[in-house]
Amino acid sequence: MAIESDVLVIGGGLAGMMSALAAAEEGASVRLISYKQSTLRQASGLIDLLGYLPGEQRPVVSPYEAIGALPAEHPYAILGVDRVRAAMDRFDTTVGYDGGGAERNTLVATHAGGYKPTFRTPQSVTPGALADGGAMLLVGFDPITDFDAPFAAAMLTEAGVPFEVHGETLPFPIEQASDAGIGRFAALIEEDPAVPATGRTLRESIATAIGAVLGEAERVGVPAILGTQESASIIAELEAALGVPVFEVPMGPPSLLGSRLEAELHAALDRAGVSMELGNPVVDADADARISTVYVEKNHAQIPYAASEYVLATGGLVGKGVGSDRSQVHEPVFGCHIPHPADRSDWYDDDVFGAHPFARFGVRVGGDLRPQTADGAIEYQNLRAAGSVIGGADFAKEKSGSGISIATGVAAGTAAAEEAA
Amino acid sequence: MERTPHIVVIGGGSTGIGVARDLALRGVEVTLVEQGNLTHGTTGRMHGLLHSGGRYAVADQASAIECIEENRILREIAGHCVEMTGGLFVKRPEDPEEYFQEKLAGCRECGIPAEVISGAEARQMEPHLAKDVEKAITVPDGAIDPFRLVVANAVDAQDHGARIETHTRVTDLLVEGGAVVGIEVEHGVDTPGTVIGEDSGTERIYADHVINATGAWAGRIGEMAGVDIAVRPSKGVMTVMNIRQVDTVINRCRPKGDADIIVPHETAAILGTTDVEVDDPEEYPEEQWEVDLMIDTLAELVPMLREARTIRSFWGVRPLYEPPEVASEDPTDITRDFFLLDHADRDDLPGLTSIVGGKLTTYRQMAETIADHVCAKFDIDAPCVTAERPLPGSGDFTLMRDYMEEFGLRSPIGRRSAERLGSRADEVLETDGPNPTICACEAVTRAELQDAIGQAGSDLNAVRIRTRSSMGNCQGGFCAHRMANELSKATDPMTTEAAWDDLLAERWRGQRHALWGEHLSQVMLNYAMQAATQCRDTAGAASAGTDFGAFRGVGPTVPTDQAGREPAHGD
Repeated sequence: MAIESDVLVIGGGLAGMMSALAAAEEGASVRLISYKQSTLRQASGLIDLLGYLPGEQRPVVSPYEAIGALPAEHPYAILGVDRVRAAMDRFDTTVGYDGGGAERNTLVATHAGGYKPTFRTPQSVTPGALADGGAMLLVGFDPITDFDAPFAAAMLTEAGVPFEVHGETLPFPIEQASDAGIGRFAALIEEDPAVPATGRTLRESIATAIGAVLGEAERVGVPAILGTQESASIIAELEAALGVPVFEVPMGPPSLLGSRLEAELHAALDRAGVSMELGNPVVDADADARISTVYVEKNHAQIPYAASEYVLATGGLVGKGVGSDRSQVHEPVFGCHIPHPADRSDWYDDDVFGAHPFARFGVRVGGDLRPQTADGAIEYQNLRAAGSVIGGADFAKEKSGSGISIATGVAAGTAAAEEAA
Repeated sequence: MERTPHIVVIGGGSTGIGVARDLALRGVEVTLVEQGNLTHGTTGRMHGLLHSGGRYAVADQASAIECIEENRILREIAGHCVEMTGGLFVKRPEDPEEYFQEKLAGCRECGIPAEVISGAEARQMEPHLAKDVEKAITVPDGAIDPFRLVVANAVDAQDHGARIETHTRVTDLLVEGGAVVGIEVEHGVDTPGTVIGEDSGTERIYADHVINATGAWAGRIGEMAGVDIAVRPSKGVMTVMNIRQVDTVINRCRPKGDADIIVPHETAAILGTTDVEVDDPEEYPEEQWEVDLMIDTLAELVPMLREARTIRSFWGVRPLYEPPEVASEDPTDITRDFFLLDHADRDDLPGLTSIVGGKLTTYRQMAETIADHVCAKFDIDAPCVTAERPLPGSGDFTLMRDYMEEFGLRSPIGRRSAERLGSRADEVLETDGPNPTICACEAVTRAELQDAIGQAGSDLNAVRIRTRSSMGNCQGGFCAHRMANELSKATDPMTTEAAWDDLLAERWRGQRHALWGEHLSQVMLNYAMQAATQCRDTAGAASAGTDFGAFRGVGPTVPTDQAGREPAHGD
């Protein structure tokens, strides 16, 4: 006997989780299965909607307005602005990020000295907004190589931010091995041990060291290592000691902001009654015009799962929802069609940040989010796609990855639940 | 000898640097100029084989004998640049038995230790060899790091008074009274900032003799003084695998052909190569068929290569030369031997000697020949010492100490650091501050990176070749920004940004040819980290003019409508 549900979501990233939530909130019974760790741990943890239009140098201020200027094959254009907006509203009510309801993008500093137009920010990031606010001190720690505060401050100054910004590198109060990762520092800060021979805890030592270089700064940014789960109380403690707002600068992988977002969404899925199974791949499927069963490999056995409706949220090239070999690009779970140039040498642009065709690889969908064959027919009547498995957008350059996942995830999950009802 | 002559060497590859070191050790005043960073030309674009001579043992025994002699010398003087992997010439059923026997006899005639082993024995050594490999000949092939080798030669040359100028392009040869008397150069070309030597400007450098050691570029230098040097540049592809499928150099034992060698090199294995004559050593097509040929043909020897991950491909241009009267049709027939062209004898133009042809394994012997030639001109009787004198890093390093303990480095970081640095490990790794890992793929720490920045200046590609940082599996995805952060401690922000962009561009150039499967996934992750998370694509110059004030700011300061929604217009 197959394990049954109304809706089966394949993939546990932002798109999969949002579609499972949306389907469950429509009243469907929902299962979510995910093979790999979510790519949220590799992303910044910011919620981007649309930061740049293709080919444009200037960041987008009002993303909903800019959606109208996107090409017809872009997922936002396929959905239409109203469904994008409805999905973002659902995110705002689900997750405790700042910016809920706002129409404009905000700009935040990146850990590599750039700045990013984004739409919703974790509360620990918000005070670092670049549009206004007071003089900023960026603080890096000597053993943390992903963020060099003086260099980042110099680049922000060069970019013309409307406030003074200054960077300082401080020693980390407790010596670490040469290969200590971000997670190690975050766990230490959360644990807050005593610093030998100082009579202070780690957090007190950090606050004291920052205080000594604070100067006229009216806010302080540190790399996003302030605890794994307890960042709010850690920030409150630092703010109380320093007397100014403290914020986190989003980092690359392993991204603690991304992990915290994932934990928050997992809690929401629990509350919504979605059953989640992580760590096992879908390896086979029975299908003709409709998918009847998929098989999940567990302990070397193939376990059948059956649902009325399926959501494919397996990710793009990074998440392995889009695969390739030397001769072609493919969708590995159901073999859905992925448009791509026949010649491999046409998959890339010669410039590092050129208009790479590979960045837009993914299944082609219509407004119903059903993947389509090469000649535009529906691949499977009960299969919808969500997130970066859908092609047609260069999320990295547009700064649109999380928005596309949320918008297509909510739309696919809602439609699947309605169909299953 | 009345006074010390001043010799100018053009070209910072293995030949030029070898000549500069040899002359400097003999007390000659030397200036070397290189248009890019060291190894920029052919030296940095080879497969890293330390020849046993086996590859030449049938067709070119003179070269084979030179190779085995130099192979033995380099193991002694450049131990920290060499990994003695051993090599195999493997025979598949379709490869001619007669040639196998010729190869074996040829090796023995040339003094190359060679033994025949069975297919089963070969597979015991290298389990991924194809099941139908019949037998093999063992030879003392090895892997050599051309970057480390050249840098070590350059350091020693500088320590003995040589002046070395990278990113310095020769714009003219100075000819007076029918003789070459020096060069005119432009400093600071194609570089974001400070490099080894002069920063910028043009300079006339007078010399008693000029050595043209520019390999495939030799014809261009010759033209400046009106002499014809018909180098026949031949391109070859090298495809880099993300792991070592083999730990022994694997050669295909057949007369000649493309795609017949696999060299294990550091964390990678390098597949080679093709041999296609090109018109221009800088502008030539990098073609997909060449990469596919490497994988498909070498998979006949090591089947797992067919599905394995490649992380990049690069092309090198051999500086082949033959006297014009030979007129070989096929570049594979052109000798790999080198030629010393004294333009006084050849073209009635004193003051200039060109060196063309040759190969990395015999760089030292070539340098000795040229240095002898120069010394004879100026009646210098100082002997060559390069065959005995270890390179910096390959000094007294009899004990591989426990660097893990001593410098707080965990294995394998400590082990790999010490392997790269050799006898310099102490001076480089002893630091006061924390020594975090910058490049996890290649186990490169801050101390090693800062040492390289001290040597190379603000050229992150020059730092890369010294340390291997950004040369592993992720090709800089996780460490390019960290390398920039390290450089920013030593120079100004704009120079750092330019060097960072140059590094990203160089890393991208080779990865374009590896974009499928696992590595396309990696490349998309790198692109997402660098564009979506770091926003490197819009940083720097592109960012100027953003109206920061138009964006949403820090607080809930914007009035919202009744639905809690900020007005779309008029704010």
